[in-house]
Amino acid sequence: MAAYTLPFEKPLLDLQNRIDELRRVARDNGVADPQDAARLEAELAEVRRQLYANLTPWQKVMVARHPRRPYTRDYLAAFVKDFTELHGDRLLSDDQSVVGGIGWIGERRVMVLGTQKGRDTKSNLACNFGCPYPEGYRKALRLMRLAAKFGLPIVTFIDTPGAFPGIEGEERHVAEAIAVNLREMFRFPVPILAVVIGEGGSGGALGIGIANRILLLEHAYYSVISPEGCAAILWKNRAHADTAAAALKLTAGDLVELGIADEIVSEPLGGAHADPAAAADFVREAILKNLAQLDKLGPAQLLDQRYGKFRAMGIFKEGALPPLTPPPLPEDAV
Amino acid sequence: MTLFGKKTVLKKARKRDMPDGLWLKCPTCNEMIFGEEQEKALRVCPLCGHHFPMSRTERLAMLADPGSFVEWDRDVYSIDFLGFVGEASYQEKLESNRRKTGEIDAVTCGRARLAGRAVALGVMDFQFLGASMGSVVGEKITRLIERGTAERLPVIVVCASGGARMYEGMMSLMQMAKTSGALARHADAGLPYIPVLTHPTTAGVMASFATLGDVILAEPGALIGFAGARVIKETIHQDLPPGFQRPDFLLKHGLLDHVVPRGELKTTLARLLDAFCGPLQASEPPEVPA
Repeated sequence: MAAYTLPFEKPLLDLQNRIDELRRVARDNGVADPQDAARLEAELAEVRRQLYANLTPWQKVMVARHPRRPYTRDYLAAFVKDFTELHGDRLLSDDQSVVGGIGWIGERRVMVLGTQKGRDTKSNLACNFGCPYPEGYRKALRLMRLAAKFGLPIVTFIDTPGAFPGIEGEERHVAEAIAVNLREMFRFPVPILAVVIGEGGSGGALGIGIANRILLLEHAYYSVISPEGCAAILWKNRAHADTAAAALKLTAGDLVELGIADEIVSEPLGGAHADPAAAADFVREAILKNLAQLDKLGPAQLLDQRYGKFRAMGIFKEGALPPLTPPPLPEDAV
Repeated sequence: MTLFGKKTVLKKARKRDMPDGLWLKCPTCNEMIFGEEQEKALRVCPLCGHHFPMSRTERLAMLADPGSFVEWDRDVYSIDFLGFVGEASYQEKLESNRRKTGEIDAVTCGRARLAGRAVALGVMDFQFLGASMGSVVGEKITRLIERGTAERLPVIVVCASGGARMYEGMMSLMQMAKTSGALARHADAGLPYIPVLTHPTTAGVMASFATLGDVILAEPGALIGFAGARVIKETIHQDLPPGFQRPDFLLKHGLLDHVVPRGELKTTLARLLDAFCGPLQASEPPEVPA
């Protein structure tokens, strides 16, 4: 796949092109690597570091959706040994937008599952752009039940724009499929770890997201609605997606602050897509560290901790409602 | 076609004769209905059975035995913790909805007697910010279910919702998790939970407590679904089949147990609870309002 540059990465691309040009000219003329190129390379690294250290929420959303960002299958291939994929929901079909199976991470047996996006038209059609049908959630549930039966910890990778909005989804009750997963995930007496690796798209993400620990990659996002959708409703214009992205508090940092996410998993400089192997190492380490910590909890404690974690979510007040401010005067009355 | 001729005689009125609010036009059969008549008939059109919106007070009166409802957690209220400013701020939206409805948020919960049986009863109100689920709706529904579990009460929730309350960001999404978790514990205690889906029940509420009932009932004509019709149309570029996301569609596709007209709702619920929990014990103490 050709390189893909995000709009805000243009300065990086320009620098890289200049470096490449200098090197090409030097090579063509048979001279040694020009000093300028080395200097520009240092500059490029610095500009990249600056840029990625200060991404706006909307820019993070773009990074999270980067088509070269590692997806669930990339992480499975990178660090799940002896992975055996398990197929189908035993009811209707094998939804390719959810993949899962059993294998080993380090010395641990795990059930791993996640939502899967495609990189080209063919794979995107196969996995429906990472938007599960009800069958995807029911397949995930089947796998999680297996995990509970055999005492395997469950690791879920979340990367979806959301559940697929279509006629079939409504006919086969995608809402019910998600709701049942929410309820059942509170019942599995094994450790559950949810890792948002890219997009955490609303209920479609939450459908595999009830966990003892919720981790977000540094540039992943998790939101109740897409910034575009929110902008269309609250600003009546999708062009306000950047404002909506900031207002929704959807970045990893925001969610740790709100007490929703437990941990931010660092990404390599320039985002996970800049160095997928390094990203996979970070994710693997974070999973092993968190599973080791959850080992200290017995089955009942795991259930209580999970319930308590979500039970505490919500910000409100109790007591007498402060008096309402008087309604604004209609304009013609002024 | 009816077997026997309708006996209901309705007064016909010309538009210019109508004082505001006295007469209503039924959007289904286009007939003019006298307001009082509609009120007596549980806001159901006496000609075609169209179900008009109902206030939460009316719903409580319809389901709870007279004088039996004791409200819980009335003083839990929403705050604009994200400082969310769209075209209007969340705080402004909250205040205008509080003024409009005289209510504090979108759900009323409490203990009631339903045909003599003590139940935990929640009623959502679409008039308040589209009955969107924020922290307060999620918290009150969760407390309703938890108290239901602790006091061994069946839980009934009259659902309606446009979905999650965007102004509360991810905190609103997490209410789906919280309420579903509470229902797991309620179910593990062997207690019945029955959601009643009214117009409209969609999105985040649909993908949590609205579809987790032991039995799922719906009111005639209600729009019930996960994704909005406009979103689906824009995604698949197809027209939606007639009756899409309406009760008959969902009954046919196996989500609902029954579509129950308002006039039969209370007796249906009572019959189901009798069947699940056994007939009411005569020894059960009468409700003492707190």
